[in-house]
Amino acid sequence: MSIFSLFRKQRSAPMARERLQVLLAHERASSGSDLVSVLREEILAVIAKHVQVDNDKVQVKMDRDENVSILEIDVEIPLDAAQQAA
Amino acid sequence: MGKVIVVTSGKGGVGKTTSSAALGAALAQRGEKVAVVDFDVGLRNLDLVMGAERRVVYDLVNVIQGEAKLPQALIRDKRLETLFLLPASQTRDKDALTPEGVERVMGELKRYFDWIICDSPAGIERGATLAMRHADMAVVVTNPEVSSVRDSDRIIGLLDAKTLKAERGERMEKHLLLTRYDANRAERGDMLKVDDVLEILSIPLIGIIPESMDVLRASNIGAPVTLADARSTPALAYFDAARRLSGEVLPITIPGEKRGIFGKIFGRKAA
Repeated sequence: MSIFSLFRKQRSAPMARERLQVLLAHERASSGSDLVSVLREEILAVIAKHVQVDNDKVQVKMDRDENVSILEIDVEIPLDAAQQAA
Repeated sequence: MGKVIVVTSGKGGVGKTTSSAALGAALAQRGEKVAVVDFDVGLRNLDLVMGAERRVVYDLVNVIQGEAKLPQALIRDKRLETLFLLPASQTRDKDALTPEGVERVMGELKRYFDWIICDSPAGIERGATLAMRHADMAVVVTNPEVSSVRDSDRIIGLLDAKTLKAERGERMEKHLLLTRYDANRAERGDMLKVDDVLEILSIPLIGIIPESMDVLRASNIGAPVTLADARSTPALAYFDAARRLSGEVLPITIPGEKRGIFGKIFGRKAA
């Protein structure tokens, strides 16, 4: 390490690179993926057979890691519909 | 049949129009018949960058709506016999472009020209998706900067989903054109390096255009940079990129990568 580096600002390019890698991994997984939208449609159809749910109350998310993928399904069922079904 | 290339980026101001003009001229300077098409309806600028702004009579929208024939709207470059421009309309809105109309014009252009270069508008709306729709190949223009890289990633996704080629189940050929690159700043660690961008976007590189005064100078005088000063560093980089587009394999050089005494002292940390 040279003496000058003590006075230098931190290099910013590695931060840019890291932020992009994290962001794009997320964006690629959640948007535009056909599998996710197909799953979303079919899950919605199955639920709709039994309870009435809003279209936008069903969230399907796919997170891809190096070793594992996580499919996250989040369904918000209104209280009265839940009672009817029970 | 001509080859259709879309020059696209998602983000605005990264150099799509400059690159469309320079690549088009570079190919025409090699004797190929080239049409450069401006898809930025409402905000046309390719005519200005190519120095043909006072010669526009009819435009792409006129041809699509049947008010003019294609040869009437095509403007031949004053310096290069084989270079033509199809300007966008300045007055209409972007809805004037119809998928059927664009398909007909592209079909016609492919019969007359070796290369059709579609200069896409920024964004991911109708104009941008229509510009890429008929492409055989895409040039993704990216600056070494976070927002540009992110938008390029998005555009790459669209190229793989919304183009005719993708819908037919074929692979869309995509090439990265890195523009406004400053090798010294990258070396100092204050700009994303070529390899960083390549690793993130993972599409092959077709050229690196250095940040340069010559680019502004060329647009000031209304000439593609390859015509304004054919020996300038950005022009040389565009010539190489054009040769790679036609399938030649050339080693990629990083323009301006030399460090002066200042760079040697401050440039690199000892391991």
